[in-house]
Amino acid sequence: MASRALTKLSPFNTISLALGLAFLYVPIVILVIYSFNASRLVTVWGGWSLHWYTEFFNDQAMLSAAWMSLRVGVVSATLATLFGTLAAVALSRGGPFRSRTLFSGMLYAPLVMPEVITGLSLLLLFVATGAERGFWTVIVAHTTLTMCFVTVVVQSRLGAIDKGLEEAAMDLGCGPLRAFVSVTLPLMVPSIVAGWMLAFTLSLDDLVIASFATGPGSSTLPIRIYSEVRLGVKPEINAICTLMIAMVSVVIVAASLASKLSSEQGESAAPL
Amino acid sequence: MSAGRKIFTRPARLAAIAPYVWMVLFFLLPFGFVLKIALSQTAIAQPPYVPVFDLGGGWTAFRDALSNLSLDNFRLIASDDIYMLSYLRSVVVAVASTAMLLAISYPVAYGMSRMPQRSQPIAMILVIVPFWTSFLIRIYAWINILQHDGLLNSALIALHVIDRPLVWLSTDTAMYIGIVYSYFPFMILPLYATLSKLDASLLEAAADLGSSRWKAFWLVTFPLSLPGIGAGVLLCFIPIVGEFVIPDLLAGSNRMMIGQTLWLEFFTNKDWPVASAIAIVLLALLLAPLLIYEKLQRRHLDEAH
Repeated sequence: MASRALTKLSPFNTISLALGLAFLYVPIVILVIYSFNASRLVTVWGGWSLHWYTEFFNDQAMLSAAWMSLRVGVVSATLATLFGTLAAVALSRGGPFRSRTLFSGMLYAPLVMPEVITGLSLLLLFVATGAERGFWTVIVAHTTLTMCFVTVVVQSRLGAIDKGLEEAAMDLGCGPLRAFVSVTLPLMVPSIVAGWMLAFTLSLDDLVIASFATGPGSSTLPIRIYSEVRLGVKPEINAICTLMIAMVSVVIVAASLASKLSSEQGESAAPL
Repeated sequence: MSAGRKIFTRPARLAAIAPYVWMVLFFLLPFGFVLKIALSQTAIAQPPYVPVFDLGGGWTAFRDALSNLSLDNFRLIASDDIYMLSYLRSVVVAVASTAMLLAISYPVAYGMSRMPQRSQPIAMILVIVPFWTSFLIRIYAWINILQHDGLLNSALIALHVIDRPLVWLSTDTAMYIGIVYSYFPFMILPLYATLSKLDASLLEAAADLGSSRWKAFWLVTFPLSLPGIGAGVLLCFIPIVGEFVIPDLLAGSNRMMIGQTLWLEFFTNKDWPVASAIAIVLLALLLAPLLIYEKLQRRHLDEAH
Protein backbone atom coordinates (compact mmCIF):
# COMPACT_ATOMS: atom_id res chain seq x y z
CA MET A 1 0.00 0.00 0.00
CA ALA A 2 3.00 2.21 -0.23
CA SER A 3 2.21 5.38 -2.08
CA ARG A 4 4.62 6.89 -4.53
CA ALA A 5 5.56 9.61 -2.06
CA LEU A 6 6.79 7.07 0.48
CA THR A 7 8.87 4.94 -1.84
CA LYS A 8 10.75 7.77 -3.47
CA LEU A 9 14.42 7.72 -2.59
CA SER A 10 15.89 11.11 -1.89
CA PRO A 11 19.62 11.63 -2.60
CA PHE A 12 20.14 11.48 1.17
CA ASN A 13 18.47 8.05 1.32
CA THR A 14 20.58 6.74 -1.55
CA ILE A 15 23.84 7.99 -0.06
CA SER A 16 23.13 6.57 3.39
CA LEU A 17 22.17 3.21 1.88
CA ALA A 18 25.32 3.09 -0.24
CA LEU A 19 27.58 4.09 2.65
CA GLY A 20 25.91 1.61 4.99
CA LEU A 21 26.33 -1.31 2.61
CA ALA A 22 29.92 -0.28 1.80
CA PHE A 23 30.71 -0.20 5.53
CA LEU A 24 29.30 -3.73 5.85
CA TYR A 25 31.06 -5.24 2.85
CA VAL A 26 34.39 -3.52 2.23
CA PRO A 27 36.24 -5.19 5.15
CA ILE A 28 34.99 -8.65 4.13
CA VAL A 29 35.90 -8.11 0.47
CA ILE A 30 39.41 -6.96 1.46
CA LEU A 31 39.82 -10.06 3.62
CA VAL A 32 38.79 -12.35 0.76
CA ILE A 33 41.10 -10.64 -1.74
CA TYR A 34 44.07 -10.79 0.60
CA SER A 35 43.57 -14.50 1.24
CA PHE A 36 44.86 -14.96 -2.33
CA ASN A 37 47.92 -12.81 -1.69
CA ALA A 38 51.21 -14.55 -2.41
CA SER A 39 53.17 -12.30 -0.07
CA ARG A 40 53.87 -13.31 3.50
CA LEU A 41 53.28 -9.73 4.61
CA VAL A 42 49.56 -9.25 4.96
CA THR A 43 49.55 -5.76 3.52
CA VAL A 44 52.00 -6.10 0.65
CA TRP A 45 50.41 -7.42 -2.51
CA GLY A 46 52.63 -10.12 -4.00
CA GLY A 47 50.37 -11.43 -6.76
CA TRP A 48 47.66 -14.09 -6.78
CA SER A 49 48.33 -17.38 -5.06
CA LEU A 50 46.60 -20.30 -3.39
CA HIS A 51 49.56 -20.74 -1.07
CA TRP A 52 47.66 -19.98 2.16
CA TYR A 53 44.96 -22.48 1.27
CA THR A 54 47.49 -25.29 0.91
CA GLU A 55 49.02 -24.09 4.18
CA PHE A 56 45.64 -24.55 5.85
CA PHE A 57 45.08 -27.99 4.37
CA ASN A 58 48.46 -29.07 5.75
CA ASP A 59 47.79 -27.67 9.23
CA GLN A 60 46.71 -30.75 11.20
CA ALA A 61 45.68 -28.87 14.37
CA MET A 62 43.56 -26.42 12.39
CA LEU A 63 41.95 -29.21 10.35
CA SER A 64 40.99 -31.24 13.40
CA ALA A 65 39.51 -28.11 15.01
CA ALA A 66 37.50 -27.50 11.84
CA TRP A 67 36.30 -31.10 11.85
CA MET A 68 35.26 -30.80 15.50
CA SER A 69 33.36 -27.57 14.72
CA LEU A 70 31.51 -29.18 11.81
CA ARG A 71 30.44 -32.18 13.89
CA VAL A 72 29.37 -30.00 16.82
CA GLY A 73 27.49 -27.73 14.40
CA VAL A 74 25.54 -30.54 12.73
CA VAL A 75 24.59 -32.34 15.95
CA SER A 76 23.72 -29.24 17.97
CA ALA A 77 21.80 -27.60 15.12
CA THR A 78 19.73 -30.76 14.71
CA LEU A 79 18.93 -30.97 18.42
CA ALA A 80 18.25 -27.23 18.57
CA THR A 81 15.90 -27.44 15.59
CA LEU A 82 13.96 -30.27 17.22
CA PHE A 83 13.55 -28.52 20.58
CA GLY A 84 13.17 -25.06 19.11
CA THR A 85 10.38 -26.16 16.76
CA LEU A 86 8.54 -27.93 19.59
CA ALA A 87 8.85 -24.80 21.72
CA ALA A 88 7.55 -22.61 18.88
CA VAL A 89 4.52 -24.88 18.40
CA ALA A 90 3.80 -24.80 22.13
CA LEU A 91 4.10 -21.01 22.29
CA SER A 92 1.99 -20.20 19.27
CA ARG A 93 -0.60 -23.00 19.38
CA GLY A 94 -0.64 -24.01 23.04
CA GLY A 95 -2.78 -21.09 24.20
CA PRO A 96 -2.17 -19.74 27.68
CA PHE A 97 -0.73 -22.32 30.03
CA ARG A 98 0.73 -22.12 33.49
CA SER A 99 4.34 -20.89 33.61
CA ARG A 100 4.16 -19.87 29.96
CA THR A 101 5.85 -16.60 30.95
CA LEU A 102 8.75 -18.49 32.51
CA PHE A 103 8.95 -20.69 29.43
CA SER A 104 9.08 -17.82 26.94
CA GLY A 105 11.42 -15.91 29.24
CA MET A 106 13.90 -18.79 29.26
CA LEU A 107 13.68 -18.91 25.47
CA TYR A 108 14.07 -15.20 24.74
CA ALA A 109 16.65 -14.25 27.39
CA PRO A 110 19.59 -16.18 25.84
CA LEU A 111 19.15 -14.16 22.61
CA VAL A 112 20.71 -11.13 24.31
CA MET A 113 22.33 -12.64 27.41
CA PRO A 114 26.07 -11.82 27.43
CA GLU A 115 27.91 -14.95 26.37
CA VAL A 116 30.36 -14.82 29.28
CA ILE A 117 27.44 -15.35 31.70
CA THR A 118 25.89 -18.24 29.76
CA GLY A 119 29.27 -19.86 29.25
CA LEU A 120 30.35 -19.55 32.88
CA SER A 121 27.06 -20.90 34.24
CA LEU A 122 27.13 -23.94 31.95
CA LEU A 123 30.73 -24.70 32.85
CA LEU A 124 29.94 -24.59 36.57
CA LEU A 125 27.04 -26.98 35.95
CA PHE A 126 29.31 -29.39 34.06
CA VAL A 127 31.95 -29.27 36.79
CA ALA A 128 29.40 -29.75 39.57
CA THR A 129 27.88 -32.79 37.87
CA GLY A 130 31.27 -34.23 37.01
CA ALA A 131 30.56 -34.29 33.28
CA GLU A 132 33.69 -34.83 31.21
CA ARG A 133 34.19 -31.67 29.19
CA GLY A 134 34.70 -31.93 25.44
CA PHE A 135 32.58 -32.75 22.40
CA TRP A 136 29.27 -33.43 24.20
CA THR A 137 29.41 -30.53 26.62
CA VAL A 138 29.95 -28.12 23.72
CA ILE A 139 26.96 -29.70 21.99
CA VAL A 140 24.78 -29.18 25.07
CA ALA A 141 25.94 -25.56 25.34
CA HIS A 142 25.34 -24.79 21.66
CA THR A 143 21.97 -26.54 21.63
CA THR A 144 20.86 -24.40 24.57
CA LEU A 145 21.92 -21.18 22.88
CA THR A 146 20.78 -21.87 19.33
CA MET A 147 17.38 -23.45 20.05
CA CYS A 148 16.22 -20.00 21.16
CA PHE A 149 16.99 -18.57 17.72
CA VAL A 150 15.20 -21.50 16.08
CA THR A 151 12.16 -20.85 18.29
CA VAL A 152 11.97 -17.20 17.24
CA VAL A 153 12.34 -17.97 13.51
CA VAL A 154 9.76 -20.78 13.53
CA GLN A 155 7.36 -18.96 15.86
CA SER A 156 7.25 -15.85 13.68
CA ARG A 157 6.51 -18.06 10.66
CA LEU A 158 3.79 -19.94 12.55
CA GLY A 159 2.18 -16.63 13.45
CA ALA A 160 1.93 -15.77 9.76
CA ILE A 161 0.31 -19.07 8.76
CA ASP A 162 -3.44 -18.71 8.41
CA LYS A 163 -5.15 -20.76 11.10
CA GLY A 164 -8.22 -20.84 8.87
CA LEU A 165 -6.50 -23.53 6.78
CA GLU A 166 -6.28 -25.80 9.80
CA GLU A 167 -9.89 -25.10 10.69
CA ALA A 168 -10.96 -25.87 7.13
CA ALA A 169 -9.16 -29.22 7.32
CA MET A 170 -10.99 -29.97 10.54
CA ASP A 171 -14.32 -29.01 9.04
CA LEU A 172 -13.54 -31.55 6.33
CA GLY A 173 -13.15 -34.24 8.98
CA CYS A 174 -9.50 -34.17 10.04
CA GLY A 175 -8.68 -34.50 13.71
CA PRO A 176 -6.88 -31.46 15.14
CA LEU A 177 -3.50 -33.20 15.31
CA ARG A 178 -3.84 -34.56 11.79
CA ALA A 179 -4.90 -31.12 10.54
CA PHE A 180 -1.80 -29.60 12.09
CA VAL A 181 0.56 -32.26 10.75
CA SER A 182 -0.83 -32.38 7.22
CA VAL A 183 -1.64 -28.69 6.71
CA THR A 184 0.48 -26.46 8.94
CA LEU A 185 3.63 -28.55 9.30
CA PRO A 186 4.43 -28.54 5.54
CA LEU A 187 4.01 -24.75 5.57
CA MET A 188 6.49 -24.54 8.46
CA VAL A 189 9.22 -26.49 6.68
CA PRO A 190 11.05 -23.49 5.14
CA SER A 191 11.31 -21.80 8.52
CA ILE A 192 12.49 -25.04 10.13
CA VAL A 193 15.20 -25.33 7.46
CA ALA A 194 16.17 -21.69 7.97
CA GLY A 195 16.25 -22.29 11.74
CA TRP A 196 18.59 -25.25 11.32
CA MET A 197 20.94 -23.23 9.14
CA LEU A 198 20.96 -20.30 11.54
CA ALA A 199 21.68 -22.67 14.44
CA PHE A 200 24.48 -24.31 12.45
CA THR A 201 26.21 -21.04 11.56
CA LEU A 202 25.83 -19.71 15.11
CA SER A 203 27.45 -22.86 16.45
CA LEU A 204 30.23 -22.64 13.89
CA ASP A 205 30.78 -19.02 14.94
CA ASP A 206 30.74 -19.24 18.71
CA LEU A 207 33.97 -18.61 20.58
CA VAL A 208 33.07 -17.56 24.12
CA ILE A 209 30.58 -20.24 25.14
CA ALA A 210 32.64 -23.00 23.51
CA SER A 211 35.76 -21.82 25.38
CA PHE A 212 33.96 -22.34 28.68
CA ALA A 213 32.22 -25.56 27.71
CA THR A 214 35.10 -27.45 26.15
CA GLY A 215 37.89 -29.32 27.85
CA PRO A 216 41.59 -29.58 27.16
CA GLY A 217 42.48 -31.10 23.83
CA SER A 218 39.21 -30.47 22.05
CA SER A 219 39.30 -27.06 20.39
CA THR A 220 36.71 -25.79 17.98
CA LEU A 221 37.73 -23.77 14.94
CA PRO A 222 36.94 -20.35 16.49
CA ILE A 223 38.97 -21.23 19.61
CA ARG A 224 41.90 -22.20 17.40
CA ILE A 225 41.57 -19.08 15.20
CA TYR A 226 41.30 -16.88 18.27
CA SER A 227 44.53 -18.20 19.76
CA GLU A 228 46.30 -17.67 16.41
CA VAL A 229 44.92 -14.14 16.00
CA ARG A 230 46.10 -13.20 19.48
CA LEU A 231 49.62 -14.04 18.34
CA GLY A 232 49.31 -11.76 15.34
CA VAL A 233 47.88 -11.66 11.85
CA LYS A 234 48.64 -14.72 9.73
CA PRO A 235 47.70 -14.91 6.05
CA GLU A 236 46.55 -18.49 6.62
CA ILE A 237 43.72 -17.13 8.77
CA ASN A 238 42.54 -15.07 5.79
CA ALA A 239 42.26 -18.29 3.79
CA ILE A 240 40.33 -20.09 6.54
CA CYS A 241 37.99 -17.13 6.92
CA THR A 242 37.38 -17.04 3.17
CA LEU A 243 36.52 -20.74 3.19
CA MET A 244 34.08 -20.17 6.07
CA ILE A 245 32.49 -17.23 4.23
CA ALA A 246 32.16 -19.40 1.12
CA MET A 247 30.50 -22.13 3.15
CA VAL A 248 28.08 -19.72 4.81
CA SER A 249 27.22 -18.24 1.41
CA VAL A 250 26.34 -21.70 0.11
CA VAL A 251 24.16 -22.23 3.17
CA ILE A 252 22.39 -18.90 2.60
CA VAL A 253 21.74 -19.63 -1.07
CA ALA A 254 20.34 -23.02 -0.07
CA ALA A 255 18.19 -21.36 2.58
CA SER A 256 16.74 -18.81 0.19
CA LEU A 257 16.03 -21.58 -2.34
CA ALA A 258 14.26 -23.48 0.43
CA SER A 259 12.16 -20.48 1.31
CA LYS A 260 11.29 -19.94 -2.38
CA LEU A 261 9.84 -23.45 -2.38
CA SER A 262 7.11 -22.24 -0.10
CA SER A 263 4.65 -20.13 -2.03
CA GLU A 264 4.15 -17.00 0.03
CA GLN A 265 6.77 -16.48 2.70
CA GLY A 266 4.57 -13.88 4.35
CA GLU A 267 6.33 -11.64 6.75
CA SER A 268 9.04 -13.73 8.27
CA ALA A 269 10.89 -11.55 10.69
CA ALA A 270 14.63 -11.37 10.36
CA PRO A 271 16.47 -14.23 12.05
CA LEU A 272 16.76 -12.39 15.33
CA MET B 1 -12.48 -19.79 17.30
CA SER B 2 -13.81 -23.25 16.46
CA ALA B 3 -14.00 -26.01 19.06
CA GLY B 4 -11.43 -28.08 17.19
CA ARG B 5 -8.66 -25.55 17.66
CA LYS B 6 -9.10 -25.70 21.38
CA ILE B 7 -8.53 -29.42 21.29
CA PHE B 8 -5.23 -29.00 19.49
CA THR B 9 -3.87 -26.84 22.28
CA ARG B 10 -3.36 -30.03 24.34
CA PRO B 11 -0.82 -31.72 22.05
CA ALA B 12 0.72 -28.30 21.44
CA ARG B 13 1.26 -27.87 25.16
CA LEU B 14 2.74 -31.35 25.40
CA ALA B 15 5.28 -30.18 22.83
CA ALA B 16 6.58 -27.77 25.45
CA ILE B 17 7.76 -30.56 27.78
CA ALA B 18 11.06 -31.46 26.10
CA PRO B 19 12.31 -27.88 25.47
CA TYR B 20 11.00 -26.84 28.89
CA VAL B 21 12.97 -29.51 30.71
CA TRP B 22 16.06 -28.77 28.60
CA MET B 23 15.99 -25.04 29.34
CA VAL B 24 15.39 -25.58 33.06
CA LEU B 25 18.33 -27.99 33.20
CA PHE B 26 20.79 -26.05 31.06
CA PHE B 27 19.74 -22.43 31.35
CA LEU B 28 17.95 -21.87 34.68
CA LEU B 29 19.63 -24.42 36.93
CA PRO B 30 23.21 -23.34 36.06
CA PHE B 31 22.51 -19.89 37.54
CA GLY B 32 22.00 -21.66 40.86
CA PHE B 33 25.53 -23.02 40.58
CA VAL B 34 26.89 -19.58 39.72
CA LEU B 35 25.23 -18.18 42.84
CA LYS B 36 26.47 -21.06 44.97
CA ILE B 37 30.05 -20.67 43.85
CA ALA B 38 29.90 -16.89 44.13
CA LEU B 39 29.19 -17.49 47.82
CA SER B 40 32.08 -19.94 48.24
CA GLN B 41 35.68 -19.41 49.22
CA THR B 42 38.52 -19.47 46.74
CA ALA B 43 40.88 -22.42 47.06
CA ILE B 44 43.91 -23.70 45.26
CA ALA B 45 42.43 -26.97 44.20
CA GLN B 46 40.72 -28.67 41.30
CA PRO B 47 38.02 -27.35 40.93
CA PRO B 48 39.36 -24.20 42.56
CA TYR B 49 36.76 -23.51 45.24
CA VAL B 50 35.62 -24.93 48.56
CA PRO B 51 32.25 -26.57 48.12
CA VAL B 52 29.68 -24.82 50.26
CA PHE B 53 27.50 -27.78 50.99
CA ASP B 54 27.15 -31.40 50.30
CA LEU B 55 23.59 -32.51 49.75
CA GLY B 56 24.42 -35.96 51.16
CA GLY B 57 25.19 -34.48 54.58
CA GLY B 58 21.61 -34.11 55.78
CA TRP B 59 20.02 -31.23 57.59
CA THR B 60 22.83 -30.47 60.08
CA ALA B 61 25.38 -30.28 57.30
CA PHE B 62 23.02 -28.03 55.38
CA ARG B 63 22.63 -25.71 58.38
CA ASP B 64 26.40 -25.61 58.88
CA ALA B 65 26.84 -24.82 55.25
CA LEU B 66 24.41 -21.93 55.42
CA SER B 67 26.47 -20.34 58.14
CA ASN B 68 29.57 -20.81 56.00
CA LEU B 69 28.15 -18.86 53.08
CA SER B 70 30.19 -15.78 52.63
CA LEU B 71 29.64 -12.52 50.89
CA ASP B 72 33.40 -11.94 50.76
CA ASN B 73 33.51 -12.12 46.97
CA PHE B 74 30.83 -9.46 46.66
CA ARG B 75 32.62 -7.31 49.25
CA LEU B 76 35.81 -7.67 47.23
CA ILE B 77 34.03 -6.56 44.06
CA ALA B 78 32.51 -3.56 45.82
CA SER B 79 35.76 -2.49 47.44
CA ASP B 80 38.28 -3.01 44.65
CA ASP B 81 38.39 -0.29 42.03
CA ILE B 82 39.37 -2.73 39.29
CA TYR B 83 35.91 -4.26 39.27
CA MET B 84 33.93 -1.08 39.68
CA LEU B 85 35.90 0.62 36.91
CA SER B 86 35.28 -2.37 34.64
CA TYR B 87 31.52 -2.21 35.20
CA LEU B 88 31.58 1.52 34.65
CA ARG B 89 33.60 1.21 31.46
CA SER B 90 31.27 -1.51 30.15
CA VAL B 91 28.21 0.65 30.67
CA VAL B 92 29.91 3.74 29.18
CA VAL B 93 31.10 1.80 26.13
CA ALA B 94 27.68 0.20 25.68
CA VAL B 95 25.84 3.53 25.93
CA ALA B 96 28.26 5.29 23.56
CA SER B 97 28.30 2.53 20.95
CA THR B 98 24.52 2.06 21.09
CA ALA B 99 24.11 5.79 20.45
CA MET B 100 26.54 5.61 17.52
CA LEU B 101 24.75 2.55 16.15
CA LEU B 102 21.41 4.32 16.32
CA ALA B 103 22.76 7.43 14.59
CA ILE B 104 24.33 5.40 11.77
CA SER B 105 21.62 2.77 11.36
CA TYR B 106 18.57 5.01 11.31
CA PRO B 107 19.32 6.67 7.96
CA VAL B 108 20.16 3.28 6.43
CA ALA B 109 16.98 1.63 7.72
CA TYR B 110 14.99 4.67 6.63
CA GLY B 111 16.51 4.50 3.17
CA MET B 112 15.67 0.80 2.96
CA SER B 113 12.05 1.43 3.89
CA ARG B 114 11.74 3.99 1.09
CA MET B 115 13.15 1.73 -1.60
CA PRO B 116 10.74 0.36 -4.23
CA GLN B 117 8.76 -2.45 -2.60
CA ARG B 118 10.22 -5.07 -4.89
CA SER B 119 13.86 -4.39 -4.06
CA GLN B 120 13.39 -4.14 -0.29
CA PRO B 121 13.84 -7.89 0.35
CA ILE B 122 17.17 -7.75 -1.52
CA ALA B 123 18.38 -4.89 0.66
CA MET B 124 17.31 -6.87 3.73
CA ILE B 125 19.25 -9.95 2.60
CA LEU B 126 22.31 -7.74 1.96
CA VAL B 127 22.13 -6.50 5.54
CA ILE B 128 21.59 -9.98 7.01
CA VAL B 129 24.36 -11.82 5.11
CA PRO B 130 27.27 -10.32 7.11
CA PHE B 131 25.40 -11.31 10.28
CA TRP B 132 25.67 -14.92 9.11
CA THR B 133 29.43 -14.75 8.65
CA SER B 134 31.49 -15.32 11.72
CA PHE B 135 31.81 -12.68 14.40
CA LEU B 136 35.48 -13.53 14.75
CA ILE B 137 36.06 -13.19 11.01
CA ARG B 138 34.55 -9.72 11.00
CA ILE B 139 36.79 -8.59 13.87
CA TYR B 140 39.77 -10.18 12.20
CA ALA B 141 38.98 -8.33 8.98
CA TRP B 142 39.34 -5.06 10.89
CA ILE B 143 42.68 -6.12 12.38
CA ASN B 144 43.90 -6.50 8.79
CA ILE B 145 42.81 -2.96 8.06
CA LEU B 146 43.79 -1.21 11.29
CA GLN B 147 47.17 -2.71 12.12
CA HIS B 148 50.36 -0.64 12.00
CA ASP B 149 51.27 -1.50 8.39
CA GLY B 150 47.62 -2.12 7.58
CA LEU B 151 45.50 -0.92 4.71
CA LEU B 152 44.12 2.16 6.43
CA ASN B 153 47.58 3.56 7.15
CA SER B 154 48.81 2.62 3.66
CA ALA B 155 45.81 4.33 2.08
CA LEU B 156 46.15 7.47 4.19
CA ILE B 157 49.86 7.70 3.41
CA ALA B 158 49.24 7.15 -0.29
CA LEU B 159 46.69 9.96 -0.21
CA HIS B 160 49.18 12.19 1.65
CA VAL B 161 46.76 12.69 4.53
CA ILE B 162 49.43 11.54 6.99
CA ASP B 163 53.17 11.07 6.49
CA ARG B 164 53.79 8.29 8.97
CA PRO B 165 51.60 5.46 10.22
CA LEU B 166 49.14 6.23 13.01
CA VAL B 167 48.33 3.80 15.80
CA TRP B 168 44.81 2.46 15.26
CA LEU B 169 44.91 -1.02 16.71
CA SER B 170 44.67 -1.42 20.49
CA THR B 171 42.82 1.85 20.88
CA ASP B 172 39.27 2.71 21.88
CA THR B 173 38.66 3.93 18.33
CA ALA B 174 39.37 0.45 16.99
CA MET B 175 37.09 -1.08 19.61
CA TYR B 176 34.21 1.25 18.75
CA ILE B 177 34.65 0.53 15.04
CA GLY B 178 34.56 -3.19 15.81
CA ILE B 179 31.46 -2.95 18.00
CA VAL B 180 29.53 -0.72 15.61
CA TYR B 181 30.49 -2.95 12.70
CA SER B 182 29.50 -6.17 14.47
CA TYR B 183 26.16 -4.97 15.82
CA PHE B 184 25.15 -2.93 12.76
CA PRO B 185 22.61 -5.47 11.42
CA PHE B 186 21.12 -5.91 14.92
CA MET B 187 20.19 -2.23 14.95
CA ILE B 188 19.13 -1.89 11.31
CA LEU B 189 16.70 -4.80 11.23
CA PRO B 190 14.32 -3.81 14.06
CA LEU B 191 14.36 -0.20 12.83
CA TYR B 192 13.57 -1.32 9.30
CA ALA B 193 10.82 -3.64 10.58
CA THR B 194 8.89 -0.73 12.11
CA LEU B 195 9.71 1.85 9.44
CA SER B 196 8.57 -0.40 6.61
CA LYS B 197 5.18 -0.94 8.27
CA LEU B 198 4.54 2.78 8.49
CA ASP B 199 1.21 3.80 7.02
CA ALA B 200 1.92 6.08 4.04
CA SER B 201 -1.45 7.82 4.35
CA LEU B 202 -0.32 9.34 7.66
CA LEU B 203 2.51 11.16 5.89
CA GLU B 204 0.15 12.22 3.13
CA ALA B 205 -2.23 13.58 5.73
CA ALA B 206 0.61 15.50 7.35
CA ALA B 207 1.57 16.92 3.95
CA ASP B 208 -2.07 17.82 3.20
CA LEU B 209 -2.22 19.69 6.47
CA GLY B 210 0.82 21.70 5.45
CA SER B 211 3.73 19.96 7.14
CA SER B 212 7.10 20.14 5.49
CA ARG B 213 8.84 16.80 4.88
CA TRP B 214 11.18 17.47 7.75
CA LYS B 215 8.39 18.38 10.13
CA ALA B 216 6.35 15.37 9.03
CA PHE B 217 9.34 13.17 9.77
CA TRP B 218 9.71 14.48 13.33
CA LEU B 219 5.99 14.57 14.09
CA VAL B 220 4.92 11.33 12.40
CA THR B 221 7.69 8.98 11.30
CA PHE B 222 10.03 9.33 14.26
CA PRO B 223 7.45 8.84 17.05
CA LEU B 224 5.97 5.84 15.23
CA SER B 225 9.42 4.25 14.92
CA LEU B 226 10.05 4.39 18.69
CA PRO B 227 9.17 0.68 19.23
CA GLY B 228 11.82 -0.23 16.66
CA ILE B 229 14.32 2.07 18.33
CA GLY B 230 13.59 0.45 21.69
CA ALA B 231 14.04 -3.08 20.32
CA GLY B 232 17.25 -2.17 18.50
CA VAL B 233 18.72 -0.37 21.50
CA LEU B 234 18.09 -3.33 23.83
CA LEU B 235 19.26 -5.86 21.25
CA CYS B 236 22.60 -4.03 21.07
CA PHE B 237 23.03 -2.58 24.55
CA ILE B 238 22.62 -5.76 26.61
CA PRO B 239 25.17 -7.96 24.82
CA ILE B 240 27.64 -5.08 24.38
CA VAL B 241 27.81 -4.58 28.17
CA GLY B 242 29.08 -8.15 28.50
CA GLU B 243 31.19 -8.11 25.32
CA PHE B 244 34.52 -9.92 25.49
CA VAL B 245 35.97 -10.70 22.07
CA ILE B 246 35.85 -7.22 20.51
CA PRO B 247 37.55 -5.27 23.33
CA ASP B 248 40.00 -8.12 23.82
CA LEU B 249 41.20 -8.10 20.21
CA LEU B 250 40.82 -4.44 19.27
CA ALA B 251 41.14 -2.27 22.40
CA GLY B 252 44.25 -1.65 24.46
CA SER B 253 44.83 -3.80 27.50
CA ASN B 254 45.13 -1.04 30.10
CA ARG B 255 41.41 -0.63 30.68
CA MET B 256 39.08 -3.58 30.65
CA MET B 257 35.39 -4.15 30.18
CA ILE B 258 33.66 -6.41 32.69
CA GLY B 259 33.50 -9.34 30.27
CA GLN B 260 37.31 -9.21 30.01
CA THR B 261 37.71 -8.97 33.78
CA LEU B 262 35.46 -12.00 34.25
CA TRP B 263 37.43 -13.93 31.61
CA LEU B 264 40.73 -12.96 33.26
CA GLU B 265 39.58 -13.98 36.75
CA PHE B 266 38.27 -17.24 35.43
CA PHE B 267 40.86 -18.43 32.93
CA THR B 268 44.06 -16.69 34.07
CA ASN B 269 43.66 -16.22 37.82
CA LYS B 270 41.52 -19.36 38.20
CA ASP B 271 39.44 -17.50 40.76
CA TRP B 272 36.08 -19.09 40.07
CA PRO B 273 34.21 -17.62 43.06
CA VAL B 274 35.13 -14.05 42.12
CA ALA B 275 34.31 -14.71 38.45
CA SER B 276 30.91 -16.05 39.54
CA ALA B 277 30.28 -13.04 41.77
CA ILE B 278 31.15 -10.76 38.81
CA ALA B 279 28.61 -12.65 36.69
CA ILE B 280 25.89 -12.34 39.35
CA VAL B 281 26.40 -8.57 39.68
CA LEU B 282 26.45 -8.20 35.87
CA LEU B 283 23.21 -10.15 35.65
CA ALA B 284 21.62 -7.93 38.31
CA LEU B 285 22.77 -4.88 36.37
CA LEU B 286 21.17 -6.19 33.18
CA LEU B 287 18.01 -7.57 34.76
CA ALA B 288 15.80 -4.56 34.04
CA PRO B 289 16.77 -4.23 30.35
CA LEU B 290 16.53 -8.02 29.98
CA LEU B 291 12.97 -8.07 31.35
CA ILE B 292 11.92 -5.19 29.10
CA TYR B 293 13.47 -6.92 26.10
CA GLU B 294 11.69 -10.17 26.95
CA LYS B 295 8.37 -8.34 27.20
CA LEU B 296 8.89 -6.59 23.84
CA GLN B 297 9.87 -9.84 22.18
CA ARG B 298 6.83 -11.64 23.55
CA ARG B 299 4.50 -8.88 22.44
CA HIS B 300 6.12 -8.79 18.99
CA LEU B 301 5.74 -12.54 18.44
CA ASP B 302 2.24 -12.72 19.90
CA GLU B 303 1.06 -9.81 17.76
CA ALA B 304 1.68 -11.87 14.64
CA HIS B 305 -1.29 -14.07 15.56
